[in-house]
Parts: sequence; structure tokens; C-alpha cells
Amino acid sequence: MTKKNNGFGRRKVLKGAAGLAGAAFGSGVVGAPMIWAQNNKNIVLRQFGTGVSNMNEIAEKCKADTGITLQMTALDSDAVVQRAITQPNSYDIADIEYWMVKKVFPANVLQAMNVKKIKYFDKIVPIFTSGKLTPTSVIAQGTAPNTVSFVEGQGSTKFAKGQTEWFTAIPTIYNADTLGIRPDLVGRKIDSWKDILDPKFKGKTSILNIPSIGIMDAAMICEAAGIIKYGDKGNMTKPEIDKTIDFLIKTKKDGQFRAFWKTFDESVNLMTSGEVVIQSMWSPAVTAVRAKGVPCVYQPLKEGYRAWGGGLALAKHLSGPQLDAAYEYINWYLSGWAGAFLNRQGYYSAVLDTAKANMTEDEWGYWMEGKPAKGDIKSPQGKVIEKAGAVRDGGSFYERMGHVACWNAVMDEDRYMVQKWNQFIAS
Amino acid sequence: MNRFKNWAPYLQVTPLALVFLVFLVIPIATIVVVSFFDYNTAQIIPAFLRQNYEELLTSPVTWQTYLQTVEFAAITWLLTFVIGFTIAYFLAFYVRSTTWQTVLFLVCTIPFWTSNVIRMISWIPFLGRNGLANMTLMQLGLIHQPLEFLLYSNFSVVLVYVHLYTLFMVVPIFNSMMRIDRSLLEAALDAGASGWQTLVNVILPLCKPGIAIGSIFVVTIVMGDFVTVRMMSGGLSASVALMMANAMSLLQYPAAAANAVILLIVVLMIVAAMMRVVDIRKEL
Repeated sequence: MTKKNNGFGRRKVLKGAAGLAGAAFGSGVVGAPMIWAQNNKNIVLRQFGTGVSNMNEIAEKCKADTGITLQMTALDSDAVVQRAITQPNSYDIADIEYWMVKKVFPANVLQAMNVKKIKYFDKIVPIFTSGKLTPTSVIAQGTAPNTVSFVEGQGSTKFAKGQTEWFTAIPTIYNADTLGIRPDLVGRKIDSWKDILDPKFKGKTSILNIPSIGIMDAAMICEAAGIIKYGDKGNMTKPEIDKTIDFLIKTKKDGQFRAFWKTFDESVNLMTSGEVVIQSMWSPAVTAVRAKGVPCVYQPLKEGYRAWGGGLALAKHLSGPQLDAAYEYINWYLSGWAGAFLNRQGYYSAVLDTAKANMTEDEWGYWMEGKPAKGDIKSPQGKVIEKAGAVRDGGSFYERMGHVACWNAVMDEDRYMVQKWNQFIAS
Repeated sequence: MNRFKNWAPYLQVTPLALVFLVFLVIPIATIVVVSFFDYNTAQIIPAFLRQNYEELLTSPVTWQTYLQTVEFAAITWLLTFVIGFTIAYFLAFYVRSTTWQTVLFLVCTIPFWTSNVIRMISWIPFLGRNGLANMTLMQLGLIHQPLEFLLYSNFSVVLVYVHLYTLFMVVPIFNSMMRIDRSLLEAALDAGASGWQTLVNVILPLCKPGIAIGSIFVVTIVMGDFVTVRMMSGGLSASVALMMANAMSLLQYPAAAANAVILLIVVLMIVAAMMRVVDIRKEL
């Protein structure tokens, strides 16, 4: 079945394999060895982006399971948007964040996917489809993924209001971001975004210098401090932007910030060297600081999290066997191994059931349910990152993703916001 | 035969002219053309607009940033000149043996065996709050609080500029000094000039071409730099090139192109001013 058989056409083999795999799942035999078509040996998919494209393990496992060769290129967010729009033929799969989807999709360089071809579509976490994590959830501010997940039809570049059959991006990783702190150096309880403004931390704080994300953190801080009340933090009006930037400039002039960081490594270095004690941070950066033996906590705050998410989108030019292979890759992606791999790094994956089947009970309990670890918790590379008894900062998946205040966003006044942000950096 | 003779000089300059045309004139012309284009989030649109220049020149941020960049360039120039001139003077006039001159000159170039970026970044752990400099000073009892201005400040930016670019001053000045006829110095001495008078009235004027060449290197590099400013100021300061990098990262190429044209004009004016003061060709 898995060997190339001259008697069968390629599609038939594929369909058969998919059907079999589907049947395996349908009958609840989760965790049984997956069977994938192995006739993709000559298929190469060029994938580029910020998130999962950094992980070679995924490419290796994908090659082993499906035969598809993934060529991964990792770039920073700005470069990703640039390349996605200006060089649409240089990639087959774009690994982009949802706020980028809002920018890139209307440029007509990507094609929407037919949900019927996505095997686990119904199992994707509803944040990405209906927008509601649980039926009673309120959709957070900003570019919530569900608002850019569907277009009106095949070939359309117009985002649909509700759910349609045409899906823009398959969610890969997402997470809820908050402030990172050095518990040994802050010397007080931190429970609000406004604590970054405490005069005690003068010259020992940092926020990130990526305008579209930095402005969100700034907004969370301003709102917590009662300085501005926003209509929608993810889509500010010009006066709201002015007020936010003016406040940032004042804070900068007062010497509250030690530096602004732009890359992951910079944030890790600022924290480990003790240059800052409280700053905007990304979850894996906190893990990286801890891995160096320096205490660091990803502090949950009462105002909630700033969330982000990334997904895989297909290039417009994909067709024929390459397009089939892309669908197969996506189905493989959601089938569990990749999800478990990502969950073990503290990210969240799109289809929880399949990921769970690929993790131990203890791992699932620690990463997803907020339970104390029973044994050592290891990174996907096998390094012990938490000892038995440790509890994840912020608790369970539902506690963290259920308290999202805002999603990373692109505003209608984007160009104006960036001009003002430059003013802030130059001031 | 005669005809060929008339054409020979043109044929001789053709290769270089072509290189300049393809790698200098055409790219710059493209930048100038794009600087008049329109743009939105996703694309640049051919047009002829003055908007990019208007937005740029009417924004106080631009003026602030240019001022900051010129300030960086001026301070860096002064420091690299003083340090570079001193080193060159020592090498040229104090070190007598040619062997030692060569050896010491090579020593000056050793840092250039590593990458620019590494030499820059290695200052960060040294200057940091818990870095070597602060630790040493505190243990010596000279200070009780870490000096915060050492890192992520204009101080650290200038420090790194000086570290990186002093050699660009040393080399041309040293070269000029080596060409000075030693008998001139003896004559000055015989005429009763003090060491200082010899330096100011004889050596300095004769080093002008070297100083001018070094100055052009340092000033143009600093005016166009963005990596050092971003890394060493921790994102707290801006420079003109950093503004361009920001604009480009947001696909605002026409805005960046307009800024590049303005920067080019400013830098050319600075260089032209230097050429007015010193005739470089005289010494080459």
C-alpha cells in the first residue's frame, strides 16, 4: 500500500492512504502508526516564515512520514511580509501570522484552501473558526484569527464575515503573551501590565520594538494604568495612537526603559544579564532564560494576555501534484506528531485530540491542563526543562487562552501608527 | 593609425566607465526614480509625486534624526582624528626602525581579522550593568552604583564607532606622514621652531590630504550606519539609515528612497566641503 505500485495511479494511492488513515482515526484507534503515501519523493515544498519554519525537526519527520521534502527558510516578521507580497513565486507555503494574513492575503499572492480537503478541519480549536474558545467566550480585540480565516469563495481575496468553505491559513502555533519578570530581582508582587511603570524599575524595563506588536503591549500598559480607554486596542483611532505614543515618549524620556528589543536573542540577553527585570517577552524566551539557570517567570496579569498565532497558507501558484502534496502536508501537520512537538515547547497546536495522543499523560497534564508535573518535563530535544512538581506559569490551556485581551493586529491606521512609532524611537 | 590614437584614451576608460554606469549610475538613478513613486501596504505604484519628500522634510522627526546623525558623525570624527593622528604620529616619527613600524602597523590591523559585528557586540557584556567595567570599578570601590550610561546610550554608540573606525584615520594619515621630507623637520628645528610649532605649522598642513581621506571614510560610514546605532543604543536612539531600514521593513520603499536621496545630497555636500579645504589629488 505504501510502496509505489505501477498498477495504481498516484491519486488512487493517495486517496486510499488518506481513507485508511481517516478510518484509523474515525474508529478511535488514535496513536496507531500512521500510514502515509510514500510517492512524494520528488515533491519539494518551499516553506518560509517566522514560526514553525524555524524547526528542522518538523521537516525531517515530515520527510520520513510523507516523503515530501520541505525546504525551510526562517526570516523575521518584517521580512516575511515583504517576501510574501513581493516575491510570490519564491515560496510554495507561507508560514505567517494572522495579522500578516490580513496584510498579505488581499495582495492576491495566496490561495484559500478547501476545508473539505482538510481532514481534521472539524477538530481545529474553534478560536480559528468561530472565534469562540468555548461557546460562551467573548472574541478578543485585535486581529482575531477567525476574522481573517475565511474568504468569500475560491480565488477570492475578500475576508468573509462568517465561516465558509475556503480557509486562508491552517493554524500551526499560537500562544498567549505576557510580561516576563525576574522574580529574584523585582522584589514585589507583579499582577498588572501597569507594574512595568513602577518607578522602582526605572531603567530596568524593556518593551519590544516591532511596531505592530509593541503598540499592543503599550496599549495594555496604558489601559491598565488608566491613562487611555481604547475602543479597540487592535484598531486604534488616530487620537488614540497619538495619546499612546505621547505617553511612551514621556516614559522613555523619564528613563523608564533600559532598551528596546527586536529579536528573541536580545530579549533573552537583556533578562539573563540583569539589564532588565520586567519586560515584554515571548514564552520560549522565558524557557531559554531558565535553561541558563536564571530564574524567570512568565507572569499572568489580571488584564489578560496579548495573543498571537501563525498559520500555513498556500501560494497562489501551487497546482497539480504540488497542490495535492501541500494538502497532504497540512493533513500530516494536523495529525498529531507536529502538534505534540509544538506543545512540548510551550506553544499550542491547532488540533488538540491528535496532539494529546502523541504525548504522555504527564506531559499533557503539565503543558495543557496546568497540573503539577509528576516527573521531569523534557524539551523535544530531550533536555530536562522542568523538574517534578513544577506547574506551568498561567495554568491550563483554557485558563491562558481563555483570558486573551487582545490579538496581535494590523490597524486601519497602520501607516500613521508606524510613523508615530518611528517618532517614539527617534525621540 | 592616427585615428586609433585619437580613440585610444576612450577605449582605455571604457571598462571603468561601464562598471560605474552599471553599478553606480543606474542604481542611484533607480533610487531617485522610485523616490517619486506612490505606495501602499502591499505594493509600490509608479507615479510622480512629491509627497514622499514633503512628508519627510516637514516631519520634525526627520530633522531630529539628521541632527542626531550629524552629531554622531561630528563627535566620532573628532575623536578618531585625535586618536588616529596621535597613533600615526607615534608610528611615523617615534618608531625609528622600519621593521618595527611595519610590525606595529600590523598590530593595529589585528582587530580587523574579526567581523565588524562581533567587535561591536563584544562591548555589550563589557559595558553592561553587571558587566566587566562596572564590576571592576565597584570592586575597586570607585563607584557604589553601576554606571548605567555605559551601555544602551549615545556614549556606547560613539565608543563603538571610535573603536571600529579609528584605523580608517590612522592609515591615510600615516601614509601622508611617511611622505614628509625629514629635512623639512630639521629645517624647522634649525630655524628655532619648538616641537609644538613644528607639529602645527609643518606636519599638520602636510598631513591634510591624509586627514581629508580619513575624514571622508569616517564621516560617510557613520552617516550611513544603522546596525551600530540599533545594537549599541538598544533601540533608544535613531539614525537616518535606521529610519530607512524601518521604512523598508514596512515595504515603504519610496519613502526610504526619498530619504536616501536626501542623505546622499547631505553627505556629498559634506565631502565637497572637505575637498574645498584640502586638495586631495595634490598628494595622491
